[in-house]
Amino acid sequence: MTKEKKPVNVNSVGVVKTEYFSFNELLLENGERFGPITLAYETYGILNKEKSNAILILHALSGDAHAAGIHENENITGWWDAFIGPGKAFDTDKYFVICSNILGGCKGSTGPASINPKTKKPYALDFPLISINDIVNAQKRLVDHLGIVKLLSVVGGSMGGHQVLAWLVNYSDSIRSAVPIATTIKHSPQQIAFNEVGRQSIMADVHWKSGNYYDGTVPSKGLAVARMIGHITYMSDKSMAEKFGRDKKEAGEPFKFTADFEVEGYLRYRGDNFVKRFDANSYLYITKAMDNFDASKGKPFQEALRGVKAKVLVIAFKSDWLYPAYQSKEIVKACKLAGIETTYCEVDSAYGHDAFLLEVEEESHLIRHFLKKVYYAYEVTGNYGE
Amino acid sequence: MENEDIRLDHRVILELIEPHSNVLDLGCGTGDLLYLLIKRKGVHGQGIEIDDRAIYKCVAKGLNVFHGDIDSGLAEFGDKSFDYVVLNQSMQQIIHVDKVIEDALRVGRRIVVGFPNFAHYKSRLQMFFQGKAPVTKALPYGWYETPNLHFFSISDFKDYCRSKKINIEKSTCIGPRRKALILPNLFAETGIFLIAK
Repeated sequence: MTKEKKPVNVNSVGVVKTEYFSFNELLLENGERFGPITLAYETYGILNKEKSNAILILHALSGDAHAAGIHENENITGWWDAFIGPGKAFDTDKYFVICSNILGGCKGSTGPASINPKTKKPYALDFPLISINDIVNAQKRLVDHLGIVKLLSVVGGSMGGHQVLAWLVNYSDSIRSAVPIATTIKHSPQQIAFNEVGRQSIMADVHWKSGNYYDGTVPSKGLAVARMIGHITYMSDKSMAEKFGRDKKEAGEPFKFTADFEVEGYLRYRGDNFVKRFDANSYLYITKAMDNFDASKGKPFQEALRGVKAKVLVIAFKSDWLYPAYQSKEIVKACKLAGIETTYCEVDSAYGHDAFLLEVEEESHLIRHFLKKVYYAYEVTGNYGE
Repeated sequence: MENEDIRLDHRVILELIEPHSNVLDLGCGTGDLLYLLIKRKGVHGQGIEIDDRAIYKCVAKGLNVFHGDIDSGLAEFGDKSFDYVVLNQSMQQIIHVDKVIEDALRVGRRIVVGFPNFAHYKSRLQMFFQGKAPVTKALPYGWYETPNLHFFSISDFKDYCRSKKINIEKSTCIGPRRKALILPNLFAETGIFLIAK
């Protein structure tokens, strides 16, 4: 489609290192003061002298700070590696890209699994109930720490999109543009329902023990089932059919309810794998923050956006039934009414919600050109009245 | 771009639109007209387009576009939020033309419509001598593949405006290369109207 098109996973940012930023205290939305807080983050590319080329990438529910490249002696590429690197949508030859693990996470940032300095034990459920706004307020501290007054853009899909909207509402003067992808102003009952089933699954695991499992067996069955439910909602009927069909796995254990079908095996594999890298309490806290989030703060969203100068690019995906396009259109509608310069595209994809991670070509094209326009303050204006 | 390289209908619309105005282009396609208006007239432009491939081209031009259909895209705009609403070569493909024109007149101070004239003499000749649905430069599709839902002429459109008490502020009728000055309903391939209420 575009002449800049590049194959996926080449032009890597190479070997990267996670860094850490700590600060004493954050006033949470619920009025509580909480600290100390550490945020794990990674950066790619070089911050220019004017500090005008910084882009903050915001990860989704199970994401982390490792968005691109590889860690030394490890083989795992970052979760958005196809988009971040030299010549890619987030061109690290031009832009300085930051990605931090969220507050409440379990990949290096302070979360329920972190040690409470007062008790010298993991917080578990003593960890405060955090909100998307708290997560964003913590990110703002990191951005301040890096000396960046105005971000070129804030970009994220799914829960990353919630954070984008929170940035747009809370810190519109600190951003020049925003790209919410496959997201919503607030969760629908259906979205809350899926999250609640995930939480119930974790809490029903005997090993959960009201969150105090850190010195023993972790609630791996509960967390795995929560992840399996998640994966079902991330795919589309079509993408599942294409990926698995009704293919059966090789016959194995002599048990009636063994994973006969490929799709069963896949879900079990994804669930079991997730347990190795994710903390069950973090899953509870983060999904709750998503469900409680309402970017419009109870008012029509356009009122929350009044006066916003940032340019906005909204992206949705046709087969995404977890965050359906109508929710993105509600964002667009509010932007329209608030007089914000907005572009909206519903990408024709069969991948379901996962499309925001997989639909590299179309999504890259939209992001690349949008960023270019914002970066060069590029108005297509020129020689009037010649 | 030299003026001669610009499509004739785009040139006519360029003349109609005041510099630095607010323009909404309904069915903006790949954004050529909107791009021209922004570049030449310094307008503040917004497009609406249904085709995603066309949207990608608009985005590459740095335009602001909404992916959606015209029939449902207008309701959300406030009264008189645009100086001009442009419907160039898109009106004949809209399902509820009457509703869209009414909405466009609410949302914009003036509207610019450009459409193929079904009563152009070549169409008439084909109908008359061959007894076939016309296929011409301005109406290039076979009956089985045409995206056009409505077939109307310059005279039809004038009648419509009269019956709806819509003011025709300016009308330009163009042939393949130049403006059609005499008997436009016979010799013009395209009609371009500036209307207001």
